[in-house]
Amino acid sequence: MGVIKRFKRNLSDIFKKLFNKKNARIGIYGPPNAGKTTLANRILRDWTGDAMGSVSSIAHETRRARRREGVTIQSNGNSITLDIIDTPGLATKIDFHDFMASGMTESESKRRAKEATEGVIEAVKWLENLDGVILVMDATEDPFTQVNVTVIGNMEARSLPLLIAANKIDLPESSPKTIKDAFPQHPMVAISALEGENIDTLYEEIAKRFG
Amino acid sequence: MCMTGIQMDLVSDDKMARMTPVEKVRFIIDEVKEGKILVLEKGLTPEEEAHLIEMTMTLIDPDNFSGIEMESYPSRVDTSILGKLLKKNTIRTRLTVIGPADQLKTLKKGRDLISALVSSNE
Repeated sequence: MGVIKRFKRNLSDIFKKLFNKKNARIGIYGPPNAGKTTLANRILRDWTGDAMGSVSSIAHETRRARRREGVTIQSNGNSITLDIIDTPGLATKIDFHDFMASGMTESESKRRAKEATEGVIEAVKWLENLDGVILVMDATEDPFTQVNVTVIGNMEARSLPLLIAANKIDLPESSPKTIKDAFPQHPMVAISALEGENIDTLYEEIAKRFG
Repeated sequence: MCMTGIQMDLVSDDKMARMTPVEKVRFIIDEVKEGKILVLEKGLTPEEEAHLIEMTMTLIDPDNFSGIEMESYPSRVDTSILGKLLKKNTIRTRLTVIGPADQLKTLKKGRDLISALVSSNE
């Protein structure tokens, strides 16, 4: 992108912010089974009384990006209205045998794998149309996954705000500190999207980072 | 004596720098689909990594190609006043290993060490 074009885009961003012309688009990203849709459901239930989508222990349950517009979050007297996009889990490989191991038939597994690849493409394309990202990491897993590295790199390259949600702290083996130590340059909130633990702190950070 | 094994190519930054982003992704995909392990001296930009993931997804074939294993160190950000003004940071990319998902498996990855297992599917 040319310097002038980029400068014009940034000027446009500043005007939009000044006059509040549109809601910030915030993508919920992460690897499969990190708890993205569980978090999206938690946010929507808390602030709209609705839900975003179904969740499953089988990876790639979300295979289409879902957008909910105009979600207003209030925290500490601040109010922010966002468009929230729940994205399919990012991955560099999808093997239908993994779904068969979860009890699916071969044809079901192949269909799910095909849909999952389309979902990943959709999630990657959304990266170019966002104002910020909530990156959901599974606090029981190694944080240096390629998905995490790539998403963080893309946000840093674009100078866009990023908030890390270290999810699944309801599990005894979780270690949010490992995530904090891995990416100390970014704000992180340890949460359980499932239990709602520490979710108010996440809302405070959302209002602070994306407001 | 006949020696068998897996080909591993160590790709210099100079070679990659001569390619456009599209050519880089095409080069990597073609090599990996042939079963090679690539070690890129300076890796890819985050945008190129995202493009590589996207291209990989379009080529996944349930019976022949399940995708890639890619491991790179977190990139480093060089911030400058101009960069902040243009909202475009300079990213210093780092060593990256890429291979077929069924032959390259990451054992452990940290900030400064990637430990991987390479296996033959023959």
